[in-house]
Amino acid sequence: MVTDVFTFDGTTVSFNGVTALDRVSAGIPVGKLCVVAGSSGSGKSTLLRLCNRLEIPTSGRVMFHGTELSTLDPLSLRRKVGMVFQRPALFPGTVRENLLVAEPAASKATLAETLTHAELDGTFLDRAGDDLSGGEAQRVCLARTLICRPEVLLMDEPTSSLHPAASLALETTVRRLHTEQSVDIVWVTHDVTQIDRLAEHLLVLSRGRAVYSGDPDTNEAKLALETLTVEEES
Amino acid sequence: MGSGDVDALGLATSLILVAVALTVSLGQHLRLEKTLVWSVVRAFGQLIVMGFVLAWLLEPGRGIGFSWLWVAGMVVFAAWTVRSRAPEITGLFSIAILALTAATGVTMGVIFGLGVFPMEARAIVPLGGMMIGNSLGSTVVAARRVADELSDKRAEVEARLALGHSSRDAGRPYVRNAIRTALTPQIESTKAVGLVFLPGAMTGLILAGVDPIDAVLVQAAIMYLILGTVATTSVVIGIGSLRRLFTPDHRLKRLARKTT
Repeated sequence: MVTDVFTFDGTTVSFNGVTALDRVSAGIPVGKLCVVAGSSGSGKSTLLRLCNRLEIPTSGRVMFHGTELSTLDPLSLRRKVGMVFQRPALFPGTVRENLLVAEPAASKATLAETLTHAELDGTFLDRAGDDLSGGEAQRVCLARTLICRPEVLLMDEPTSSLHPAASLALETTVRRLHTEQSVDIVWVTHDVTQIDRLAEHLLVLSRGRAVYSGDPDTNEAKLALETLTVEEES
Repeated sequence: MGSGDVDALGLATSLILVAVALTVSLGQHLRLEKTLVWSVVRAFGQLIVMGFVLAWLLEPGRGIGFSWLWVAGMVVFAAWTVRSRAPEITGLFSIAILALTAATGVTMGVIFGLGVFPMEARAIVPLGGMMIGNSLGSTVVAARRVADELSDKRAEVEARLALGHSSRDAGRPYVRNAIRTALTPQIESTKAVGLVFLPGAMTGLILAGVDPIDAVLVQAAIMYLILGTVATTSVVIGIGSLRRLFTPDHRLKRLARKTT
């Protein structure tokens, strides 16, 4: 029985002569909020982009529920594996228009329900994207992803441009989606305190290699995170 | 001057405004002097060569195959120019060759097929030049804008892809902007024709003694064909460029920014 949402099997990604991921072999288990941690340039965003085929491996494989990603239709895969990017990238127009780009046939009720999941109220529908704060814009991006009803949410350092209160609020929202809606989450961060708050499973990357994968509370995990802190400081 | 001849003095006089532009550039530190001088010299050289070639092509008894060969050369040069202005788009040269050949071919087919002008060297070369020359600017803008839009708005494009949009759907808003920008000058000059300027073919025909109404009808036909050619080539280049900037599995390629 397959117990991983994503499995990386000797996965290497290189571009422009730089190796972003180097023979990574690790799994992201089903049902856990998985945090992928690493310092800048460790390859964590590349690993996340592999999961919805915005990136493909140079060598090795990536599996989604045991099926090699390269055999799956990328468009339907991306509907199942939603992604929220580091910086909110809203399309021109209102929040409603943004949601309709993702799901053109969505009813008014669906739009309102989706906003609720992202903890925004219905008054946001007619707000222009340009008028939103960073935290609100990131929530709209989350709602836009959620309207496709993804099985998995890939969160690529979604709080890096938010102030602390907005960051904590977004964490709470996503954790609720995970526990109440059973959405699998892969959350990328280099913030050690965020790892403490969120991680049910931890994957640590360093210079493109997986240096730890497993329970976040073991001594080995703590050692890997200390390495990460040292890398960040240097 | 009344005969249409320009002597050396007349040519030198025509450079007075270029001298004014040079003075402005120097005074305002625009650093355009080198480009201005180079463009004047280059244009003169090109026109002189063109004059000799036309004289050779128009010699009595010369086969019109040479004129068509000259038009083919224009297509290749124009396609090469488009490619060099957006080098990050792989395969752009072949798309440009295809678009320019098809559009020019259809246009020339209409002009000669309907007997607007007789199919002879004195018509083939200048008409080919008008079609290709007008298309060149728009196709360069279309290709350049598609590459710039997709590069500058990479985050937005990838957000669309991540929502399950195909590359065609994800790139559509940006290609639409690019094509619109590329076509605007041609559309505006078509709108302004007769009010702001009198186009070359019509002016030439009137100066040659053709009835103004006949000249207007010929000009209208040419103008519509130019607009059609420019629109077709720009749309083909825009959509073709879009396809080349994505992989078959709907990923946006990494684009090296144009540095020159």
